[in-house]
Amino acid sequence: MSRKHDVQQPKAEVAPEVMAIHLKMKRRQKLGRGMIYLAAIVLSLWVLIPIIFITSMALTTPEMVRAYPKSILPFIPFSLDTLRFFLGSYGILDGIINSVIVAAITIVLSTLIAAPAGYALSRYIFRGRDVFRLSILAVRAFPIVVLSIPLAVAFLNLGIYDNVFSLGLMHTALVLPTAILVLSSVFASIPYELEEAAMVLGCSPVQAFRHVVVPLVLPGIAASAIFSFVLSWNEVFAASILTIQNRTLPAQVLATLSYSPDPYKFAGSFFMLIPAVIFIFIIRRYLFNMWGQVTK
Amino acid sequence: MSEILIENVTKRFGDFVAVDDISLKIQDQEFMVLLGPSGCGKTTLLRTIAGLGMADEGRICIGDRDVTYLPPRDRKISMVFQNYAIFPHMTVFDNIAFGLKMNKFEKPEIEKRVQEAAAMLHIESMLDRYPSAMSGGQRQRVAVARAIAMKSEVLLMDEPLSNLDALLRLEMRAELKRLLAEIDATTIYVTHDQIEALSMGDRIAVIKDGIVQQCDVPDVVYDKPSNLFVGSFIGNPPMNFMDGQVDYSNGSVSVYIGDFRILPENEMHPLLKSYHNKTILLGIRAENMETLKQPADDALEVEVLVVEPLGSQNLLTVKIGEHIIKVATHPTFYIEPGMQVWLRFPVNKIRWLDEKTGAALYP
Repeated sequence: MSRKHDVQQPKAEVAPEVMAIHLKMKRRQKLGRGMIYLAAIVLSLWVLIPIIFITSMALTTPEMVRAYPKSILPFIPFSLDTLRFFLGSYGILDGIINSVIVAAITIVLSTLIAAPAGYALSRYIFRGRDVFRLSILAVRAFPIVVLSIPLAVAFLNLGIYDNVFSLGLMHTALVLPTAILVLSSVFASIPYELEEAAMVLGCSPVQAFRHVVVPLVLPGIAASAIFSFVLSWNEVFAASILTIQNRTLPAQVLATLSYSPDPYKFAGSFFMLIPAVIFIFIIRRYLFNMWGQVTK
Repeated sequence: MSEILIENVTKRFGDFVAVDDISLKIQDQEFMVLLGPSGCGKTTLLRTIAGLGMADEGRICIGDRDVTYLPPRDRKISMVFQNYAIFPHMTVFDNIAFGLKMNKFEKPEIEKRVQEAAAMLHIESMLDRYPSAMSGGQRQRVAVARAIAMKSEVLLMDEPLSNLDALLRLEMRAELKRLLAEIDATTIYVTHDQIEALSMGDRIAVIKDGIVQQCDVPDVVYDKPSNLFVGSFIGNPPMNFMDGQVDYSNGSVSVYIGDFRILPENEMHPLLKSYHNKTILLGIRAENMETLKQPADDALEVEVLVVEPLGSQNLLTVKIGEHIIKVATHPTFYIEPGMQVWLRFPVNKIRWLDEKTGAALYP
């Protein structure tokens, strides 16, 4: 668009070969930028097409879902029948309720444990601090399979097998390493000097924490809570192993997936997808804060 | 009345002794500066007074209250931190009002004091702003306003100007001095900047390795440093030091720099006698030497190595024996490197120091 402009206004003293190099550089720069955009578009489509496809199938009639070839235009005809059919299926409503309970337990427990742990990691230098930090990551390195089966045995022995609360414990354990590390970095971004200033101005240590630290870390804690929710909502392996009757939504969907009709599958996927997408939108800002510029 | 009494305070971090048995008495409404290089323990001492670190030994009293084991909130002090420590989630008004709210003042009183403090620091127009929308100098003002709004009898300041750029620091220095004269607080001010210390303090406590080297009014600290460290830490350029040989014969003392003879003041004779045939350290400030272009009987001939015109003065670098000496001259004193000049040493401006300990000799 501006090339014509560039050519028409060469300065008199600039030699033509210099001008040529200049133009070549500019073209190359534009090409480079174009490639980046292209890559970004391809990546986005790669992620978005299945999401759009699932959404469009979930929001149309069951007949349309079974039809082949499928319509190219999404949402035609628009209908909630597929979703209604899915929600009416056996165990689905219970599964959703179970999922919500498990996620809630996970959020509350992980925040209650990870916030003090993160605070201690960021504020105090204690013996074994680095070992602690490393061992947190080491827990993350265990595959869920390795953790779930001994846990199932332990839960059976304790008599808390097939229980949403014990599954909540399991999910808390899965979430904790990341939550602790994220929250410790959130706490570390708040200078201790602020707490000291508050204490000099008349606060007890607890008041200083409440009036100065809590308001500043709240966004970070919210982000970590939402992360916990999404992980718990989507977690299927431990949920399948640790529960039989009281299945969470993904475990229920997985259990019946192989003999379910297509509308059921699409609606199920849609239900799994929605919370994650919504929450990613909400926490996007905080994620940038956490990993880019930490909140000042 | 709120004089501050520091008695034999020691603070350790593991094996490291940060504050080593320091005793200081700060008068009511005095402006005391703790001056020293980084890591000397001055900030640690201040934090011990604030209650942000407990003293391992010793006692701290404010007025007639022993505060050694009180938490910061019960010490009735205010503090300005090096990095301001402004609360980023509160407006300027709420920042200044925070301490008053925590101490449960009535609303009208809070309003009045915030306005007063803001007016003193010329930030009345910014009370609704958040700190993120302010410059470093403005945040500094908020920090000071927050401290003085408390009207504590004791004000502690931890290098409050060190994060400002040079021009702003100069401006704030004068403004702080005016402000602190207006309020009646006893102030302890920590800095590593000797010019700040000289220009602001009623008294200066020079600290090194956790020990107070000298505590006196700025003039005395500058003109009569108690040891080699104080002399070389304070002043720009620092005090010059050179070796002299003491000779005691026929009942009189003379000190020789090479062949050049200096006759010390009479009151120094009894002390210098004991250094007969030994080396002694002479200390003299750059601006206290008289520079001549012609030879004189009572002047030492030296060669000029470097000439630095600094506007208000010309700074000459000369060599005497093994020692490099800085000499300040009037800016109209024209001289080129490689030329000879003659230096006159006024004996009443010379500090005599023990060569081994570096301690000044006091008559």
